[in-house]
Amino acid sequence: MSITSVDTDYDNLTVTLIADFDAPIDQVWELWSDPRKLERWWGPPTYPATFEKHDLSPGGEVTYLMTGPEGDKHYGVWRVTTVGPPTSLEFTDAFADEDRTPIADMPVSTVRVRLTERDAGTRMEMHSKFESREDLEKWLSTGTLEGQQQAVSQMDVLLAA
Amino acid sequence: MVVDEVPTEVVDEVFRALADPTRRDILRRCVAGEPSVSRLAQAYPMSFAAVQKHVAVLERAGLVTKERRGREQLVRTDAGAVGRARHALDELEAAWRGRVDRMSDLLAEGTERAKSSTTSGAG
Repeated sequence: MSITSVDTDYDNLTVTLIADFDAPIDQVWELWSDPRKLERWWGPPTYPATFEKHDLSPGGEVTYLMTGPEGDKHYGVWRVTTVGPPTSLEFTDAFADEDRTPIADMPVSTVRVRLTERDAGTRMEMHSKFESREDLEKWLSTGTLEGQQQAVSQMDVLLAA
Repeated sequence: MVVDEVPTEVVDEVFRALADPTRRDILRRCVAGEPSVSRLAQAYPMSFAAVQKHVAVLERAGLVTKERRGREQLVRTDAGAVGRARHALDELEAAWRGRVDRMSDLLAEGTERAKSSTTSGAG
């Protein structure tokens, strides 16, 4: 199991996760910096992601779409605020319309990632924050998470077997 | 790791919190308004600290939240909203757990490939 700790703060609407990977820092960074790798883990199996624009520079934009089981498409845009390869990345993640423009009343979350070399591997600290409960609820209602929990517990079954 | 819809501990906390008549009364007052802890303390024949403890139990169960406003601590509840926010955050947590699992798989794949290319000499 790569996850070392998860702290879900219901008051501040944040999830902070620490994961330790048995891989060098450059390889972990590539999971973020290489769009072909990024799209293999960003979306849940039921909503695979395809990344289009991928500009990891301050002020840069990353656009993606997630395709659901009914062929439904959900668009997202990251606005990169901080980037320092191979250790830090900070961006906002917003829902977008077909023109890849963030939708005004849709939720925006802020994601902060820090990578550090640790023992022979890499530690990733991820902090995700929503601005308001309303945002959280809207995000939940988009349905792009359907099957997520199932996928996770299926994985556990496999790992336990 | 098992991701339950609502963890048993949370359910236990809620029932424990609601088992006490003072706490049920505090909750009712919070539904009606947003009393401060000190105003709640005046409503019951018990110490400020005792009331504060009751509020803390409700808070742990996710039934109320405290918000500091100036020198006062306001206690508010929106049990439905609290529940939904918790659910959404649990989903967010589950989403990231899934992502980390997939990242881990991808990294393992890379390591396997590197290993096989060094041992067999073929890429």
